[in-house]
Amino acid sequence: MQPILSIQNLSIEYRARRGRVRAIRNVSFDVQRGEAVALIGESGSGKTTLGLGIVQLLPGTARVTQGRAIYRRSRDGAPSEIDTLQLKGRALREFRWKECAMVFQSALNALNPVLRISDQFADTAQAHGYLQGRALHARAEELLKLVRLDPDRVWRSFPHELSGGMRQRVLIALSLLLEPQLLILDEPTTALDILTQRNIMDVLKDLRHKLDFSLLFISHDLALAAELTDRVATVYAGKIVELASVETTFKEPAHPYTIGLINAVPTLKGTKEDLSSIPGSPPDLVEMPAGCKFHPRCPLVESRCKEEEPELVEVKPGHQTACWNWRSAREALQTHKVQG
Amino acid sequence: MNALQDTLARTGRETLKTLKLLTRNKMGLFGFVMTILIILLSFGGPLVWPPEASANVEDINLGISAKHWLGTDFQGQDNLRKVINGGKDIVTVAFLTGILATLLGVIVGSVSAFLGGRVDSLLMELVNIWLTIPKFPLLAVTATVVKLNDPVTLSLLMAFLDWPSLSRQIRSQVLSLKQRDYIEAAMMLDLGTRNIIFSELLPNMMSFITISMIGIMTFAIYQQTSLVFLGIVPYSSANWGVMISAAERRGVLFNPQAAWSILVPMGAIVLFQLALISFARSLDEVFNPRLRTTV
Amino acid sequence: MPTPIITLDHVTRTFSVKRQTITAVDDVNLSIREGEIICLVGESGCGKTTTGKMIAGVLPASAGRILYLGADISKLTGTERKKFRLGVQMIHQDPYASLNPAHTISAIIAAPLRHHGFTQGETQTQQRVRKLLETVDLTPPDDFLDKYPHQLSGGQRQRVSVARALTVAPSFLVADEAVSMVDVSIRISLLNMLSKLKDAMGLSVLFITHDLALAKYFAWEGRIGVMYLGRLVELSPARWLVEHPQHPYTQVLLSAIPEADPEATRHKKRIELRSMDVPSLLRLPTGCSFHPRCPQFLGEVCEQVTPALVESDGAMVACHRVTRPAPRATEL
Repeated sequence: MQPILSIQNLSIEYRARRGRVRAIRNVSFDVQRGEAVALIGESGSGKTTLGLGIVQLLPGTARVTQGRAIYRRSRDGAPSEIDTLQLKGRALREFRWKECAMVFQSALNALNPVLRISDQFADTAQAHGYLQGRALHARAEELLKLVRLDPDRVWRSFPHELSGGMRQRVLIALSLLLEPQLLILDEPTTALDILTQRNIMDVLKDLRHKLDFSLLFISHDLALAAELTDRVATVYAGKIVELASVETTFKEPAHPYTIGLINAVPTLKGTKEDLSSIPGSPPDLVEMPAGCKFHPRCPLVESRCKEEEPELVEVKPGHQTACWNWRSAREALQTHKVQG
Repeated sequence: MNALQDTLARTGRETLKTLKLLTRNKMGLFGFVMTILIILLSFGGPLVWPPEASANVEDINLGISAKHWLGTDFQGQDNLRKVINGGKDIVTVAFLTGILATLLGVIVGSVSAFLGGRVDSLLMELVNIWLTIPKFPLLAVTATVVKLNDPVTLSLLMAFLDWPSLSRQIRSQVLSLKQRDYIEAAMMLDLGTRNIIFSELLPNMMSFITISMIGIMTFAIYQQTSLVFLGIVPYSSANWGVMISAAERRGVLFNPQAAWSILVPMGAIVLFQLALISFARSLDEVFNPRLRTTV
Repeated sequence: MPTPIITLDHVTRTFSVKRQTITAVDDVNLSIREGEIICLVGESGCGKTTTGKMIAGVLPASAGRILYLGADISKLTGTERKKFRLGVQMIHQDPYASLNPAHTISAIIAAPLRHHGFTQGETQTQQRVRKLLETVDLTPPDDFLDKYPHQLSGGQRQRVSVARALTVAPSFLVADEAVSMVDVSIRISLLNMLSKLKDAMGLSVLFITHDLALAKYFAWEGRIGVMYLGRLVELSPARWLVEHPQHPYTQVLLSAIPEADPEATRHKKRIELRSMDVPSLLRLPTGCSFHPRCPQFLGEVCEQVTPALVESDGAMVACHRVTRPAPRATEL
């Protein structure tokens, strides 16, 4: 079966006062049907830009300089391919809700404060010529239950009457209204408390189980990616530096950055010695270092790293990494806590 | 001695840096140069080109020529010379009103925000009432009682009328800045109230304050010329308002030939305001490090 | 026993919001020893930041006393007050708001030095500024002196905040979520720097965070206090708290945290709450405020009696279940 989404050689730039910010540089990856892929990286790595680019919600200063984002439609007759970057007007609007829905970081403000939840659903349904009246209500009720909300309580409420976690779940329910095949979630639990985050995570796992959509999960939190997704793409300086199944990413990471990131996050079970920071700070996207963009922070840097940028190579089937030293990286930077 | 040298050196460096910053933005540089030029011409110009004492009957309402660069008026006097001589009042009143009203607004606004409670409610109530008073009519009525031909008196009166809206804005700025973590940090470091106001709060409000001041200045220019134009303030000197008013009364509007005598003072007003507003842009760069330095 | 550097004695803080009173911190008792690290952990609205601000002296307590080296901070005057004021400093959460955008780094650090006369003359001030920047690992200092805050990364700014706090040689630091807005990859280095400073200068640190794993790491030899709706519900040595949580709320929190290990996090046993609704601070539940959500709810006693923080198995716990063990042992 063909992947539902294929990002092909995508590059995105921002124009800024001091020059071009190369937020995404020649990125390619696939999301299979029913699969959950995580994009993990630190702030400024470009992961959010990638999400925004797919649904054409980039700010005016951004420009797609190359590449395609092929989405493969499966409903309504014969399968067809569309490049989401070329969509315009009506086709774009339809793609955005019916094929691909998104819940973004600032989602807590994404609900219209003067409309009741019922009206938010009605508006969305109407704008897309979807169900109306009682049928809509029934569908919404079903969705609200799926995200573990009490429809009777939520349906007639205004957004400010709901807690942050409830609003986030309303948004997830709303995004699923038109039965999208692909869901993009950008840091959906970032501003939420631990117990609320747990609740949303449980809801998401549950939804994936029941509704079988594909998921692109953008986060800086490795643990969330570990729990929710099937494959992980590690993004650094606008490029995917490692792409592997979630097990491989956490048990046998090959890229020094992925290894460093895993070692930098304290865990409940870990000991003090397991932890270490990555030295330095993320690169300036306008004046990036030559060669491998991670080399100024990399403990394994060699002269080659400073001159030539490595491309993704296969470590084993289904595991790719962009590092000249991948063969020795894991041994050299052995992690204590992910031995199994 | 050493400390003094230190301070002098630092002040010198700062001044040089400020001057350099003023020239970074082209529009701002234009404003800066133009403002200085207008001030110099208005105060120095009359010494070189004093006003003409008598009318020149042969040269009435002339267009531009090599002899009269900006034409002549209904008395045959040179427009350029008149406009140079008519700037002093306007510039004085604009700056004086701007500075006084800004001072009042900043003081009332920050006191209100800092003290809070009763003082705050009282002051803001006062400001609210003040804001409802139609200022220009009040100014016009006052002009019939008080002699307003002296620029200082006029500035005082206008400043007294113009500060309230600024004070409200300053109050809300201070209230929001007061909440900033760096102010809290300064309080924990016991840097002293004076230090906190002058070195932590004010620098972050300076661009807002200067821009507001320039707003008040341009408004003052309008008010002053309007008062003269409406004939509420007597023609005591040859300022730009007087020139416009006189030209209008002499029927310039029906005499295309005489257009220059009204266009020149109007142009001067526009130029002065434009200079001030563009200057504000440069000042913004001086006060806001974010604008001049990149990440 | 030496006098604790900070003591909270039945400290309560209320706020009035639209003619109603909310209790942000409710009857908290806590002693912090010199050189100790304590982490306060809890969700938003639990009162951890308010507690930190009261200790830092920027927010007065509504009831109870806060003692600095045995003296009530609300009654200090003159040199004693000054000693406290400079002795306790705070590192704020948001590195983008805690430094004045109008000043250069060198001006920010030099201001307290000059104001309090800690250095004489410009040369000495500049030397001290450089030294402080080196202390917080911003090297070489010359790269940072003339920069403005917005030209630095979040992590670098937090280091400047620490350097600024160190200008007045404090003995106690309150760090309010000091690394939560900093990139993941450099959090540990910031914490290590704080640990290093603590050891070198004998600082005590109150570290406020929502992240239990981070708290365990940072307070390795110290203690963790868990707060819920204004009350301290459990206080225990850091590792002991994470490995043997006794309060049901602590147990729920620990079970909810996802782990960076696919296998472990997917098979982790989660404890379900009785209710997902967080009670409003305006209408706190009677008795134990956790009772409407508590998975180990005992009945009447939880609804009516507020449990006191008492010693139990190497920790301090405020739960009826702990003082009155039930036949069913606690799980996890």
